[in-house]
Amino acid sequence: MYRYDEFDETLVRERAKQFRGQVERRLKGELKEENFKPLRLQNGVYLQLHAYMLRVAIPYGQLSAKKLRQLAMIADKYDKGYGHFTTRQNIQFNWIKLAEIPDALEALADVEMHAIQTSGNCIRNVTSDHLAGAAFDELEDPRPWCEIIRQWSTFHPEFSALPRKFKIAVTAATPDRAAVKVHDIGLVMKRNTQGKTGFEVMVGGGLGRTPYIGPTVREWVSKQDLLSYLEAIMRVYNRYGRRDNKYKARVKILVHELGVPEFARQVEEEFANQNAREKVLLPQEEVDRITAYFAPPKFETLSTKSATLDAAIAAEHHFARWCRNNLRAHKIPGYTCVHIALKPQGVAPGDASSAQMRAAADIAEKYAFDDIRVAHEQDLVLPHVKLDDVPAVYAALKANDMHASNAGLGSDIIACPGLDYCNLSNARSISVANEIQALFADPEFEDEVGALHINVSGCINACGHHHVGHIGILGVDKKGEEFYQILFGGRADEKAAIGEIQGPGLRHEEVAPALKRVISKYLELRTSKTEKLADAMTRLGQAPFKEALYAAA
Amino acid sequence: MPLLKDGKTVDDVWAFVEDGHELSPGGCIIVSLGRFLSEHDQLLARNRSIGVRLAVSDDPALLARFLDQLHLIELQFPKYTDGRAFSQAQLLRRRYGYKGEIRATGQVLRDQLRLMIRSGFDAMIIDEANAEGVYDYSAHEFSEFYQAASDTTDTIFIKRQKKREEKAAE
Repeated sequence: MYRYDEFDETLVRERAKQFRGQVERRLKGELKEENFKPLRLQNGVYLQLHAYMLRVAIPYGQLSAKKLRQLAMIADKYDKGYGHFTTRQNIQFNWIKLAEIPDALEALADVEMHAIQTSGNCIRNVTSDHLAGAAFDELEDPRPWCEIIRQWSTFHPEFSALPRKFKIAVTAATPDRAAVKVHDIGLVMKRNTQGKTGFEVMVGGGLGRTPYIGPTVREWVSKQDLLSYLEAIMRVYNRYGRRDNKYKARVKILVHELGVPEFARQVEEEFANQNAREKVLLPQEEVDRITAYFAPPKFETLSTKSATLDAAIAAEHHFARWCRNNLRAHKIPGYTCVHIALKPQGVAPGDASSAQMRAAADIAEKYAFDDIRVAHEQDLVLPHVKLDDVPAVYAALKANDMHASNAGLGSDIIACPGLDYCNLSNARSISVANEIQALFADPEFEDEVGALHINVSGCINACGHHHVGHIGILGVDKKGEEFYQILFGGRADEKAAIGEIQGPGLRHEEVAPALKRVISKYLELRTSKTEKLADAMTRLGQAPFKEALYAAA
Repeated sequence: MPLLKDGKTVDDVWAFVEDGHELSPGGCIIVSLGRFLSEHDQLLARNRSIGVRLAVSDDPALLARFLDQLHLIELQFPKYTDGRAFSQAQLLRRRYGYKGEIRATGQVLRDQLRLMIRSGFDAMIIDEANAEGVYDYSAHEFSEFYQAASDTTDTIFIKRQKKREEKAAE
């Protein structure tokens, strides 16, 4: 994991001090809320329905036990004892007092963390594959480049008052676990024809009101040119992105209105015009220094099979199910990646109590090389666990009610906080998600249905990624009443697609029964268990599923 | 409102002349980009200081060939959340090598001063009673930078490299 040096440390300390000054001016009335708003937003502070909310950056989703324990401390001391992990690998504290936020930022700085640029119209927390450095299917570890982008984008003097927020995601694996095609910039590490590793650059993906899959604007840019190329994109966007209407201000609208070839031409022209002074200088030794922090842990030489694990699987069917659903292949024999699904029945998706955070920290320290990741599915992941240790890890998770066996399945739902917390929201998300989860209360049924992504957003801003769920659910307000539109056909992976709205919205209590009919229709129509719901929709079209959706008894 | 130049309050000797209005016989005048582009021969022929006001959507490249004859370029912040002038300032300083005054007008707030200074502004009109004090504080809130900009190329990336080289030389 990257460690701050004196420069990184100085900056987060100075930022905490700066924000303390801004909060003091605000509390004394010297700073109007209108002028304070953009300042607090660039520190991740939102004013929600009931209280201020603090969003803390977890760069590319990586945590250590020490960091996670500090988040637990913040949850206890400044909040109500829990936090909410988000789809952008951040954590949110929903009940924090403005006057105490500077202290919380100091506490974060103590463990090399911050809330810088977690909101506001600037370059946000850079996200990545939660299996980075562990996945067997990646070209190389993308995290050094995520860290380099984090540093380059922090307090950028030119790009801190953009038309709108700006999100960058990086992956180096063939299956896209970081949803890079629905980010303002998606970077995919790949080799060029000479075999050199660089980045494919996609610009203008995004969800929200106007969802787009990000088109490729450059097939390949070298590592050396990456930051200069990003500056060229950002400058074109800063100068020409729309500012007349906040709903048309994301870069996706600029790319769409100009057309991809013209947008790419403008970026290439800006990139070509950069003189030597303007190029971002990143010495190779500096790249090497940062990369060294991400060196693989000291893996043992192990067999691909573990007798201990096999015996435990044979002995206990709940454990066997958890292993089947929550483990992912690791690049090193004898190791595995463990998904901690923060989605037990009836809990707000992505929520973790301080006790659970501490438990995960202890487990990571003892069994997982002190490495914990946040996945964009709002789950935690232990990327490096010895197969022999899996039974012990499960037991420790179970003791803290973190052993939901549903990773990637129907009840592993992505949902935004919705109307229970958020003042943008039109409808509740958590309660709908919980009712859908209840459809999968029977583990045999859930396993029978298999891989299924259900995503719930409480409004059109799409924080719950409803556009890219196999089944998406969007809460809308119709004359003061909550209704839910249902979308089919979305995907967030390398075959990313935007789901289609099926028809009129359903009432809150109609959503779960309607989804049950859709799932029954799928079970009836699928060719075999290997044909997942998303694949069946591709083969058959959405019509039979739509019919089931509206076939109320 | 106070005008700050390099962090000090100074008198404003410049006057903006609206398009179509007659130029005063003497003094330092600022004109719009449109007027400057159509009248630059006459404007620059007179022995007086000329400044140009760019709207946020104006392209600084249009001024590139005149920059060594200009004394001031005014860039605007219609709202302080509109950051286009940061790009204009960076282009003027770093791409086109402009050395004269770059002045910020509009909604200039103390919390943007650091970004402005970094981007190449050396003057701003700011609605603060203690303008110099505010400037002095804001300009020094941060002591290190990851990005090269108009004020420094000594980035954290470069400083780390220098430290490595010093260490290697020892």
